Amino acid sequence: MEERVLMKGNEALAEAAIRAGCRCYFGYPITPQTEIAAYMARYMPKAGGSFVQAESEVAAANMVLGAAATGTLAMTSSSSPGISLKSEALSYIAASDLPALIVNVMRAGPGLGGIQPSQGDYWQATRAAGHGDFHQLVLAPASVQEMADFAALAFSLAFRWRMPAMILADGTLGQMMEPLRLPARQTSNLSDHASQHPELNWALTGTENQRPHRIVNSLVLNPAALEASVFDRFARYRQVQEQEARWTYEGPENPDILVVCYGSVSRIYKQAIQAADREPGPRAGLFRPQTLWPFPSAALAAKAERCKKILVPELSMGQFCDDVRLATAKLQKPVALACRAGGQVPAPGEALQRLRQTWACWIQDHEQEEVYYGDRQI
Amino acid sequence: MATVKYERPEALLDVPFHYCPGCTHGITHRLIAECLDELLMTGQTIAVASVGCSVMAYDYFACDVVQAPHGRAPAVATGIRRARPDRFVFTYQGDGDLAAIGTAEIIHAATRGENITVFFINNAIYGMTGGQMAPTTLEGQVTQTTPWGRDPAVAGNPIKVCELLATLDGPAFIARVAVDHANQIRQVKATIKKALQCQLERRGFALVELLSTCPTNWKMSPAEAMRWVQEHMRQQYPVGVFVDHLSENRHIFQDRSAGDQPASGQPLPDAADLTAKAAVYTTKE
Repeated sequence: MEERVLMKGNEALAEAAIRAGCRCYFGYPITPQTEIAAYMARYMPKAGGSFVQAESEVAAANMVLGAAATGTLAMTSSSSPGISLKSEALSYIAASDLPALIVNVMRAGPGLGGIQPSQGDYWQATRAAGHGDFHQLVLAPASVQEMADFAALAFSLAFRWRMPAMILADGTLGQMMEPLRLPARQTSNLSDHASQHPELNWALTGTENQRPHRIVNSLVLNPAALEASVFDRFARYRQVQEQEARWTYEGPENPDILVVCYGSVSRIYKQAIQAADREPGPRAGLFRPQTLWPFPSAALAAKAERCKKILVPELSMGQFCDDVRLATAKLQKPVALACRAGGQVPAPGEALQRLRQTWACWIQDHEQEEVYYGDRQI
Repeated sequence: MATVKYERPEALLDVPFHYCPGCTHGITHRLIAECLDELLMTGQTIAVASVGCSVMAYDYFACDVVQAPHGRAPAVATGIRRARPDRFVFTYQGDGDLAAIGTAEIIHAATRGENITVFFINNAIYGMTGGQMAPTTLEGQVTQTTPWGRDPAVAGNPIKVCELLATLDGPAFIARVAVDHANQIRQVKATIKKALQCQLERRGFALVELLSTCPTNWKMSPAEAMRWVQEHMRQQYPVGVFVDHLSENRHIFQDRSAGDQPASGQPLPDAADLTAKAAVYTTKE
């Protein structure tokens, strides 16, 4: 049964993961995601699951690898510096074709950086989650409701495609409170999840002396065999790209400016676009990818074709804009990039200012592209 | 009528080992497999293979096996055990894996008292990468990365894993044995079996360190390698039981001075034989 509650994003995600059937959580404290671990410590045992505060992010992610190998819904969460440490296990999880959920509540980097919201791990999440040729699913929530909804979605996609899934949130989404509808509880028994699901014919459940042993492995010393396994995995990735891209669009059919952004920034620009609609000037539409990998390239290109100019605001230095440019390259629309970094978040007034500025630029010169570092055009 | 005196344990698959002549991985695999058979554990066991020469143990053991990243086997085993408390889990790790890159993982799995069994193969060298210094390499030992012998001033001192872990409150059983002579086989097997029994009885973390050979990288014949364990490794790493919650019986096995041939059929000394050396280990109440 659905329940309407008021919760923090981090806690909503944790509760929704338990309701989705997650029975193993392994984590390590780091701001701004620690509420996930704290919630799991309190409620996972009540759900009959296991919570372990690991000795490191490295160990936590490898515990996920072990639990995932048994066919159990397992997850870990962290924030940017911790995700770097998890990248080892992520590569092994992907190479072993295991489903798992990793949550990154991004904070500003590089290095120890700060603890305020950022989107600076976009490249890491979508391009280089670990060493070697592999991808992970990347879901980008923009509300507390989506923090909760994407937990179940991430597990279901991860199991369907046998690959790790990351929820890429940021400090704003993790820390803010909103009303939401909690999803219904899935019944899941910790010890026999795999036996209830015969399709999990890869899970290590013990042979019971009834079947040949199973191996979960990422070592393939024969180059031809390793290449074949990588080719197979990428054939599967192509299917994921065709079937699983998700996005939302709000705005007129033929917007003057197409604003493309994800996560918490999209909420700020949504407000700015509403303000802009109340005065004369450009009409803007908001395209928001909900999946960053697979990137909704075709849908974005279809929308971009109908606009005059593209504006890409992000809490990073053009990382996300790379994918927007790739998706719309053939259209040759001018792109304006608005960057914030260091944990700085634009206010709605600043967002409105960017909309006006970029439109003024377009009126002057239909080809011109701009880059903004905060308020400064460079 | 012929009777079968010696056959492959069912917990081992009919696959030839890739190990070098004189390497003790084969003996250790077999003894673990015999114990799994005797304790009827194979069908409920999930093994964790680690990075090193023994990584391909996943092809040899008949139980389900997952291959862990370098050093992370105790964390992977923790994940399995927490997900499936009704299964048995053992890790099989070398000295570089367990005592260098995986130091944090082993210490914390031990202190949590994870109900897993760890087989720690100490041959004082990195075998698979071609003979570099291991955390357990002896002082003065020549390796590829200590070409003039391990100098503690530069390269640090050998780590005594059993002694280190015995200071923790988590472990239920910690013992060191040496796979260096035929007359040790019974003691080695009994110790392996006890470590697995620990898990059957849900007593918690158990670790067996096995002093092992690497003739290839030590550049010795198999017989010379066995003697080197007897004459050198045993001096640095005395064999014995460091923690034993099963019998509350801690001791070191009969001490022998350098150069002695191993005595045959050493009985396990009882608690009364605790030497001053063993007395420094934390007492379990």
